[in-house]
Amino acid sequence: MSPVVRLLIKRIATSFIVLVGVSLLIFTIARVIPGDPARIALGPNASAEAVEALRDKLHLNDAFVVQYGYFVADLARGDLGQSLYSNRPVTADIAAYLPATLELVFFAGTTMILIGVPLGMLAARYRDRPLDHGIRLFTMLGVSAPDFVWAVILMLIFAYFLPIFPIAGRISDSFAVPPVTGFLTIDSLIAGDFAAFGNVLWHLALPAFALSFAGIGQSARLTRANMVETYRKPFIEMALAFGFPQGRIARRFAFKPSMIPSLTVIGLDLASMLGNAFLVEQIFAWPGLSRYGVAVILRKDLNAIVGTVLIISAMFLIVNIVVDLLVALINPRIRLSQRSS
Amino acid sequence: MKRAVFILLRNPLSVLGLALVGLVVLAAVFADYVAPFPDHKGAVVDFLNFNKAPEWPYLFGTDLVGRDILSRILFAYRISLTLGVVVLALAVPVGVTVGLIAGYIGGRTEFVLMRVTDVFLSIPPLVLAMSMMGLLEPSLTNGMMAVTVMWWPWYARLVYNLTRSEREEGYVLAAEVIGASRLHVMFREILPNCVPSILTKMTIDFGFVILIASSLSFLGLGVQPPTPDLGSMVAEGAKYLPDSWWLTVFPGLAILVVVFGFNLIGDALREILGVEQ
Amino acid sequence: MTAPTLAIDDLRLGFRGWAGTVEVLHGISLHIAKGERVALVGESGSGKSVTARLVLGLVQELRGARYSGRMAFEGRDLGALSRREREALRGDRISMIFQDPTSSLNPVYTIGTLFHEVLLRGTPGIGTAEARERAVAALADVAIADPGRVLSSYAFQLSGGMNQRVLIAMALANNPALLLADEPGTALDVTVQAQTLTLMQQLVARHGTSMLFISHNLGVVREFADRVYVIYKGRIVEQGPTEALFDNPLHPYTRALMAAVPRITGEGIPEIDEEQTGFYAPLVAHPGHSEAELRP
Repeated sequence: MSPVVRLLIKRIATSFIVLVGVSLLIFTIARVIPGDPARIALGPNASAEAVEALRDKLHLNDAFVVQYGYFVADLARGDLGQSLYSNRPVTADIAAYLPATLELVFFAGTTMILIGVPLGMLAARYRDRPLDHGIRLFTMLGVSAPDFVWAVILMLIFAYFLPIFPIAGRISDSFAVPPVTGFLTIDSLIAGDFAAFGNVLWHLALPAFALSFAGIGQSARLTRANMVETYRKPFIEMALAFGFPQGRIARRFAFKPSMIPSLTVIGLDLASMLGNAFLVEQIFAWPGLSRYGVAVILRKDLNAIVGTVLIISAMFLIVNIVVDLLVALINPRIRLSQRSS
Repeated sequence: MKRAVFILLRNPLSVLGLALVGLVVLAAVFADYVAPFPDHKGAVVDFLNFNKAPEWPYLFGTDLVGRDILSRILFAYRISLTLGVVVLALAVPVGVTVGLIAGYIGGRTEFVLMRVTDVFLSIPPLVLAMSMMGLLEPSLTNGMMAVTVMWWPWYARLVYNLTRSEREEGYVLAAEVIGASRLHVMFREILPNCVPSILTKMTIDFGFVILIASSLSFLGLGVQPPTPDLGSMVAEGAKYLPDSWWLTVFPGLAILVVVFGFNLIGDALREILGVEQ
Repeated sequence: MTAPTLAIDDLRLGFRGWAGTVEVLHGISLHIAKGERVALVGESGSGKSVTARLVLGLVQELRGARYSGRMAFEGRDLGALSRREREALRGDRISMIFQDPTSSLNPVYTIGTLFHEVLLRGTPGIGTAEARERAVAALADVAIADPGRVLSSYAFQLSGGMNQRVLIAMALANNPALLLADEPGTALDVTVQAQTLTLMQQLVARHGTSMLFISHNLGVVREFADRVYVIYKGRIVEQGPTEALFDNPLHPYTRALMAAVPRITGEGIPEIDEEQTGFYAPLVAHPGHSEAELRP
């Protein structure tokens, strides 16, 4: 079995353990909520019998372990229960809102990597020179404000002051894209509607950029730090002593080894965008998981809270597994080692 | 010490960071004396001067019930800074202890502790804090608790990694050879060598705790009105964009200023203490 | 007579730091004639390694470095060259071998890829196939039995001795006029070090390459160098032909250095002369071997 496959299996196994842990943690949190979820769901005017009936139906009167057992059994069938907020299956709600969030995170993540990593490389190559200081200032500003502040500032400048981009939404009303995947970029391409595709990108630009701003700063600073560290290694001195061109040293000989430690953290940044997307979605009225998530939390909608957190954590773990695989692919030590570390 | 001062003063950005944080701390501590309208921190209503664009004496304008934004920002800083201190004071000792034990004792203890840490690290920080707030009523204290719960695992992981590499160092082996207790080795030998990294991370995190807390209250899950809070001020004002832009822009910039200041100092500290990122 | 391969005159170097300037070199002069093997001997921190890096132009790019003096390579004033011209010499006319071969080879590229990059320095635009052919030949020259396997390996898959051979092959691949060897193989086992040094000696002789051999290991220097410069705290304190210098060390520091070598015959740990002031005594050149007498 190749070391990479072995690593993949190992990571999936540990991720599964972690996911069980997450479900236990979030399930515990949800069950010790003060206040009666059934009462909240039915409103103050419902009869005591109705509340009691709902409690029974939700297994709230059973022991904690029994409740968790029901939960796992349902989960195995792909059932996360009913949302008390929307009166629909939680899976249906999440399926409806998640694609919008994932699409936003995907574009923000791409922006983060395409801008942040090259900025960090530039800063490392010209370290301690004016360009480095400039990039340091810019990236530090990026990480120094929450995403919703950048969302407000970008919106004021590029949607109101200079009306270049739309203020809210995923697509203009004049377009109708038949839903297939829920990802409007993909759906519009499936429909062959390139005008709609352009319109979707146009709507994505500001929210995605606002969401990526902190990530750009973080990935640039990280790339710089790890590359500066690599620049101190003997093999870079060897490359300099042999007169390899400076640009090639930066782009190849210093960059690739330094990406091994950087990638893991960039993956974490990417994954934490799943949470931060909530902040940007609020400002741009993006019809993603955010409004649903905040609403179910305020309503103490147990099933919906547990379901949402579980799905987001699963996404988070998947991103991390993908990143670990990428690291294994660029690091020959892992790829070729006979024993996985 | 001389070297520290040299590095600090050589870089104008570090000086800027010190100045920003210094100003914010002073303004927050003496908010009662510095703020133009100290009583505006509470549920005051002044309908004669509501929703005013910045003009004298309302430098940052007024909100929808006529309260001075600048005064409210200064009082909000007070809460933000308190929050930062409390969260770190709770999260750091817990995380450091877990990391030390897992890294030094190893074996089954290590496996269990680090898997638990992984569980916490596998929920996006903001989502974890949000679901904590689902458990509790939105309030300042509960907000602090939620942020603390999401924060300690980062210190556990940091100290765990440091401990794992320090464990193999000669001075640790030397202490073990002469029969030092596990507690002594962990807290007297290894911990002091982790302090520079912990300190640097704390400085930077101080800013980030403020940032995350403001995100929570932005979503309506943190400090509740009428207590002034930067995040909820932005959320409240965002409904009135672009006309009443001062309602959002100034509180937003206020967050930026303080977090930026802590980041600059953290960067300088990193260089002085020779800590890798 | 042709200009020496390398001539250094009154080289001074200092670093400006937070506590003022730290002087590293206090005016050293040395030269290497064509085909000559010259050793620069001294303890760690004496400034021997930094001298090699100055010749390559690596130190000049560090922040806070201040240097003066003249360095000429084959008669060309290195100080007058542009950065680009200096870089053009590296890896082509001047090359270098390092202390720890394994960490000097980039861990995420195969030896073959690195070798191609090295050959590009001497033959711009060289293709993959031709580079591989030449690399195989160069590796065969350093007595590597299966060059093909080595070329498709990463440094961490090979032994230290193997990596040292690879580095020697790389350093000589473009037929440089000058080879700087900075404590070559110090990180290796003694036997492996001896094998690779012998190999290097043979190759350098065959190519007619001039060589600056930097070491603290007197035994190795004695076997390897035609002439020796002894450096102490940034100053040359003694210079002369190897035989004469070892048979009759003139400077107090050189004597202390030689006395400090432990004997395997078991005479106990040598006593080191505590009296250090003599170490600062002025430069002693063996008869006929001062810079003035040797330089044309």
